[in-house]
Amino acid sequence: MFDRRLITNFNWTYVLLILLIAAIGIANMYSATSSWTTAAQPVYVKQLYWLGLGVVIIVVVCLVDYRHLEYLSFSLYGGNLLLLILVLAVGKTSMGATRWISLAGFNVQPSEIMKIVIIIALARFFSEKAHLRGFSLKQLIAPGLLLAVPALLIMKQPDLGTALLVLCIGGTMALFAGIQRNAVIFLGITGFAAAGGGWFLLHNYQKQRIMTFLNPERDPLGAGYHIIQSKIAVGSGGFDGLGFMKGTQSQLSFLPERHTDFAFSVFAEEWGLIGCLLLLSFYCLIVIWGLHIALRSNDRFGMYLAIGVSAMLFWHIVVNLGMVIGLLPVVGVPLPLFSYGGTSMVTTMTGVGLLMNVNMRRFMF
Amino acid sequence: MSLNPSPEETPGLRRRFVVSSIIIAGVFFILALRLWFLQVLGVDHYRDLSERNRIRYVAIEAPRGAVFDRHGALLIDNRPAFTVSALRQEVGDRENLFETLSGLLEVDEEKLAERWKEGQRLPRYRPLPLLEDVGREAMEKVQENSVDLPGILVEVKPFRAYPHGELAAHLTGYLGEVTEEELGKSSFKGYRSGEMVGKTALERLFEDRLRGTAGQKRIEVNVRGRELRQVTTRSPLPGQSLYLTIDTNLQKAAEEALGDQAGAAVALDVNNGEVLAFVSRPTFDPAWFARGINNDEWRELMDNPRRPMTNKALRGQYPPGSTFKMIVALAALEAGTATPATTFTCNGSFQLNKNFEYRCWKKRGHGKVDLHKAIKESCDVWFYRVGLETGIDRISDAAFRVGLGQKTGFPFGAERPGLIPTRSWKKQRFGTSWYDGETVISAIGQGFVLTTPLQLATMTAALANGGTVWKPQIVQKIVDLEGATEWMINPEKLNETVWPKAAIAAVQNAMESVVNDVGGTAWRSRLEKVRFSGKTGTAQVVRRQDDDEEELEDDEIPYKFRDHALFVSYAPAKNPQIAIAVVVEHGSHGSSAAAPVAKAMYDAYFKDVSDKEGPEKVVFGN
Repeated sequence: MFDRRLITNFNWTYVLLILLIAAIGIANMYSATSSWTTAAQPVYVKQLYWLGLGVVIIVVVCLVDYRHLEYLSFSLYGGNLLLLILVLAVGKTSMGATRWISLAGFNVQPSEIMKIVIIIALARFFSEKAHLRGFSLKQLIAPGLLLAVPALLIMKQPDLGTALLVLCIGGTMALFAGIQRNAVIFLGITGFAAAGGGWFLLHNYQKQRIMTFLNPERDPLGAGYHIIQSKIAVGSGGFDGLGFMKGTQSQLSFLPERHTDFAFSVFAEEWGLIGCLLLLSFYCLIVIWGLHIALRSNDRFGMYLAIGVSAMLFWHIVVNLGMVIGLLPVVGVPLPLFSYGGTSMVTTMTGVGLLMNVNMRRFMF
Repeated sequence: MSLNPSPEETPGLRRRFVVSSIIIAGVFFILALRLWFLQVLGVDHYRDLSERNRIRYVAIEAPRGAVFDRHGALLIDNRPAFTVSALRQEVGDRENLFETLSGLLEVDEEKLAERWKEGQRLPRYRPLPLLEDVGREAMEKVQENSVDLPGILVEVKPFRAYPHGELAAHLTGYLGEVTEEELGKSSFKGYRSGEMVGKTALERLFEDRLRGTAGQKRIEVNVRGRELRQVTTRSPLPGQSLYLTIDTNLQKAAEEALGDQAGAAVALDVNNGEVLAFVSRPTFDPAWFARGINNDEWRELMDNPRRPMTNKALRGQYPPGSTFKMIVALAALEAGTATPATTFTCNGSFQLNKNFEYRCWKKRGHGKVDLHKAIKESCDVWFYRVGLETGIDRISDAAFRVGLGQKTGFPFGAERPGLIPTRSWKKQRFGTSWYDGETVISAIGQGFVLTTPLQLATMTAALANGGTVWKPQIVQKIVDLEGATEWMINPEKLNETVWPKAAIAAVQNAMESVVNDVGGTAWRSRLEKVRFSGKTGTAQVVRRQDDDEEELEDDEIPYKFRDHALFVSYAPAKNPQIAIAVVVEHGSHGSSAAAPVAKAMYDAYFKDVSDKEGPEKVVFGN
């Protein structure tokens, strides 16, 4: 029962754009890690494998009609919650945080899966419950809980970055579903209050990061080092950049985390403002195009799926870029398609797969 | 399957998407704006910071100026030396590293740890020197094993080289690391910690000229400070060269002749005061200091009772003993209190009054003694009588006029003035009046009288040239890198005394007999090829107790109670060129300990003169 229209309606341009960004990312990674001699397999090669897996994921996700997910959504959600609880109980601890569990021989990060699952669960919720005048405070309790429970579990790991991203994705979807004005005001006020109160719940290193963000010079060799070096890298790129493999900040290792969270700084140093603007417009394009797909989907579930995926991409991009150029505090959020890492690649490509799925089935009933 | 209406048909939803898209574009615009701010407006600032991250300016030590002798023979130079240093950022497991290094180079781990601790004051990016001047073999070992020695590198630095070892060490001085205290002074502006500077003598005196101008390496480093490449280099400019007035062969002969004995020898050009040899023994090896002296070596130098670190030629103050007699003779001849023919009978002692009797060194006496014999055989009694007759103030005046009792103006700050007593000095110093007995012993250079070997040489040069006291000078010229002369020696008269012709002739004549006539006290040290004139001296360290006390043989007296041996001389006897003063501490007799040193020096200095021809026929080139 394979429909030829699926292939005709497949958004090849979008996927090519995604692959283009990923290719730039890998070239950038090649430059960023060129001074490494120890690794048996260069990082950019590994990333190439991950990209291959990502393409497979897109295809696999597209094969199954997204509408089947609608029925599965709450089971997926429940299962993911269980995994999050399991992480807290028996997870693997590294660097002061417990994020991983071993599942059938694979190291799985349930908080990362939750980024996708929350999109599916909320898409189901908002597709079924619509209020013409928008959600009131009372009506927001149910989706609020849906969002808050996993967010709190993730925060407990602690993984503030992922928790915030999950909240941002859910919040964005809720905004699209429509929220009454006084509810928005109330949430805004309580949000601020919670942020104030939350300060005391933060871990020391998290407080450090925020303090350092506000004033990096406070600790130039310690907590402020990352952001200072990143700004130096970006700034010294200038208008047209220092050239591929010629950025001294990255080539001489002054820039930390340069193949992961700060990969964009390497790019900015070597390609300058011109390169950055090009990359920025690609990223902007994939987000807005995602929204376009949402608008043109033929059901509300698909629309919310596409909104959620766009939100996920948007927030990752904005938080990461904001961090490396010194607009936001250092939160360990990878830049989709650009930062090294299999987890990020799988999550992003699953999201892209969902988008494609929604896009290619918009004419079908 | 949901039966909800399609989103596009939902009222208001389209507007929501448009607004969202605008907001998204706005956020990206803010990011772009920020990038423009950083990359266009801030590019200079951030490029500067980036450069400061990776560019280090490292000074390249300039080789110090070389030191040559008067004939252009090399005395001190520089050689490339290998230093094993640590880049602190690259050193991971320090203890493990020290263990490997100590096994490889056979050095104490503790010593390495000590050096590490000392080096912490250096800037972090500067390599920390762990072992200096390790030699080629050790350098190769380190380089072969560099994989096991992370953070260790071998640097090449110019090191002070002393091809003649300890030769003239007291004259040239030694180097040491600049101290923190010195770095704070304005005179050490521009110095970096760890740099070697002149600590004593000429090295210190001419620090500014010898130092040179450090070069600069602009190097690119990575985040751990590892040097990746040199970007540009400004070559260091070596310091200026010093040409000394020293004659290396003469200096060497003197040092060898003195050997391990404590003492000093100074040779001067009698016609201009140029220092031809300047020796203080025992001495030290300046190379120890150049590479950083260790505690054991320092203690060895400090504990040596013969004080190798003391410049005895400049700071040793000795009673001149009989070498003072020429001054007394001249004072008397000038004053008319004696003539060359004045004759006394020496029966071994001089009775000043019923309480005081002064002995001649020759117990059985010299018999009939005139001026000539009194100097030639060093009769004390003749000088007791003449000295007493002449009076202390005339003697002192004569002594002052030949440069005794005052600094010669030698450029090292440590010079001692010696002492020539006068009545007023004694009154001022002790509040008591002068006694005749003190005049008597002053007349044979004992009592209060103190001289330095340098003063004795200056005095002797004045006796040789007829009365001109030249300021002793040590630097002949200073030459810059291009070979242009920056400074040239200019003889300087300290004083000029015109002694009566007959008087100076009589004294010179007697001094010639001291060496060259049978019965002269230095006759055994005469030299066939060059006739030199001289005067022996023996300076008492402790007063002899009693006449009746048993006379001890020289080697039965404990070393520290033995007399100092002195010998002043000049050569050739006619038309003198060179004057030499020798002091051998606790050498017992001038004739046996000091005169042979002078003889060896003349032998070396006039090496081109064969036994048959006279020295006048030979040109002694500068």
